[in-house]
Amino acid sequence: MTIAEIQEEIIDEFAFFEDWMQRYEHMIALGKSLPLIDPQYKTDEFIIKGCQSKVWLHAELQDGKVMLTADSDAIITKGIVALLIRVFSGQSPEAIVNADLAFVDEIGLKEHLSPTRANGLVSMIKQIKLYAVAYQSQLKA
Amino acid sequence: MNQTAKIPFDVTAIRKEFPILQREVNGYPLVYFDNAATSQKPQVVIDSIVDYYSNYNANIHRGVHALSQEATDAYEAARKKIQKFIGAEKQHEVIFTSGTTHSINIVANGFSHLLKSGDEILVSAMEHHSNIVPWQMLCERTGASLKVIPMNEDGTLIMEDYQALLNNNTKLVFVNHISNALGTINPVKEIIAQAHEHGAAVLIDGAQSCAHQSVDVQELDADFYVSSAHKMCGPTGIGFLYGKESWLNKLPPYQGGGEMIKEVTFEKTTYAELPHKFEAGTPNVSGGIAFGIAIDYLNSIGLQAIADYENELLEYGTEQLLTIPGLRIYGTTKAKTSVISFNLEGVHPYDVGTILDKLGIAVRTGHHCAQPIMDFYKIPGTVRASFSFYNTTEEIDRLVAGVKRAQQMLI
Repeated sequence: MTIAEIQEEIIDEFAFFEDWMQRYEHMIALGKSLPLIDPQYKTDEFIIKGCQSKVWLHAELQDGKVMLTADSDAIITKGIVALLIRVFSGQSPEAIVNADLAFVDEIGLKEHLSPTRANGLVSMIKQIKLYAVAYQSQLKA
Repeated sequence: MNQTAKIPFDVTAIRKEFPILQREVNGYPLVYFDNAATSQKPQVVIDSIVDYYSNYNANIHRGVHALSQEATDAYEAARKKIQKFIGAEKQHEVIFTSGTTHSINIVANGFSHLLKSGDEILVSAMEHHSNIVPWQMLCERTGASLKVIPMNEDGTLIMEDYQALLNNNTKLVFVNHISNALGTINPVKEIIAQAHEHGAAVLIDGAQSCAHQSVDVQELDADFYVSSAHKMCGPTGIGFLYGKESWLNKLPPYQGGGEMIKEVTFEKTTYAELPHKFEAGTPNVSGGIAFGIAIDYLNSIGLQAIADYENELLEYGTEQLLTIPGLRIYGTTKAKTSVISFNLEGVHPYDVGTILDKLGIAVRTGHHCAQPIMDFYKIPGTVRASFSFYNTTEEIDRLVAGVKRAQQMLI
């Protein structure tokens, strides 16, 4: 699926819930089901700055696709991370760099996060895009 | 303390005086339990700001006109109210600042001229970052060293260790009256007396104490005492530095500018007398006046009545929260104010705070600007519910129900 298609899927999924408590419950469930990150990447080197709860993000290039794994010590944050991984992991660097993240606003994610969490979300997206830019130039070279 | 006539303590009537307490958050009536971060403001305080700007806004201390005189009188009356509120001997021992952090920085900056290499500064293990960083900077500038008074598991200072740390090189001791993260009331009178035996000056950070118990700086024999209006039902951006006259005379001015000078020529400037020496530039006049009104308001309820009621809330809250399995409270000494810092086993404090917010309950989560405490307990942070005299036991019931719901969702 393309990034746009996955985003549509997430928007549909969230529309199904009646209130924000249910949406949080869903995000918590997503967080719990996030595959474990390799412990060797749970170090300060892979921490995303700007998140008040800890978020570790690791990226690698496999067959021209960016593969992402991540973890967080807070479960709701982990749910947000899980959504981002679902959207971005397995996509080409170019697709990630050009992606327009409509789903963040569509599902009202940002406005329902505390300011510190919203900043953390922006930092996570920025970090993923930075990896993609790096891999893009690596592929061109 | 000002002996204003006391009104009987009636929480329902008190709540009506705080317009913000009438609002809803996320579809629920607001439960505001973040009072240790900032208190809410009663209508009289809000009105006093509007009144100042509507009726007598003017620059103070130098105008010959009526408005300037009225504004000056109101501002100086506020200084007198603070003086009485904290039991200071002299009015000019009260310096208006932008708040606790600013006050601490004035003292730290002043001491950079008085300290030398080999001198020692003691701070407690439960300080707010604003009472750690200025001293670290001071040590870097002077070559003095910073020593830490350790704490026990229950969140009290280890007084034997404090005594052992004191020696004739100790020049300054900095301790908060009440810990913002744990609520512990520190034995500041004893701390001050012991420091004085070694000739050290003591600064007490009263940011968490002034709205919750009466303070008498002379009885404590504090050399410096600092606090912020916004934690005491007053506006943000205004606070005070109390210093004994002898100490304030020893410290050099903090900033250059208008108001703090006596005579200026290009050869030499002589500084103004206290308190103006530390009050360069046009001050926060409306803030100062509203601070005075906030003090009147607290006095009208009575600090003892406030302390007694908040203690009831603390006892009720502690008892009810402890019925939740896996909930641990940090800061368990009996000598504490109405702050409950806690965690649920296996759950990140941010997650609990997020769910509570969705239920209209405002708490603080995180390290509360006191990271050394969190390192001590080896936790990323806590959920902190801090009660004020306008809170109720019904609100505590909602908190307890909210925490239970968060626990069900998160585990």
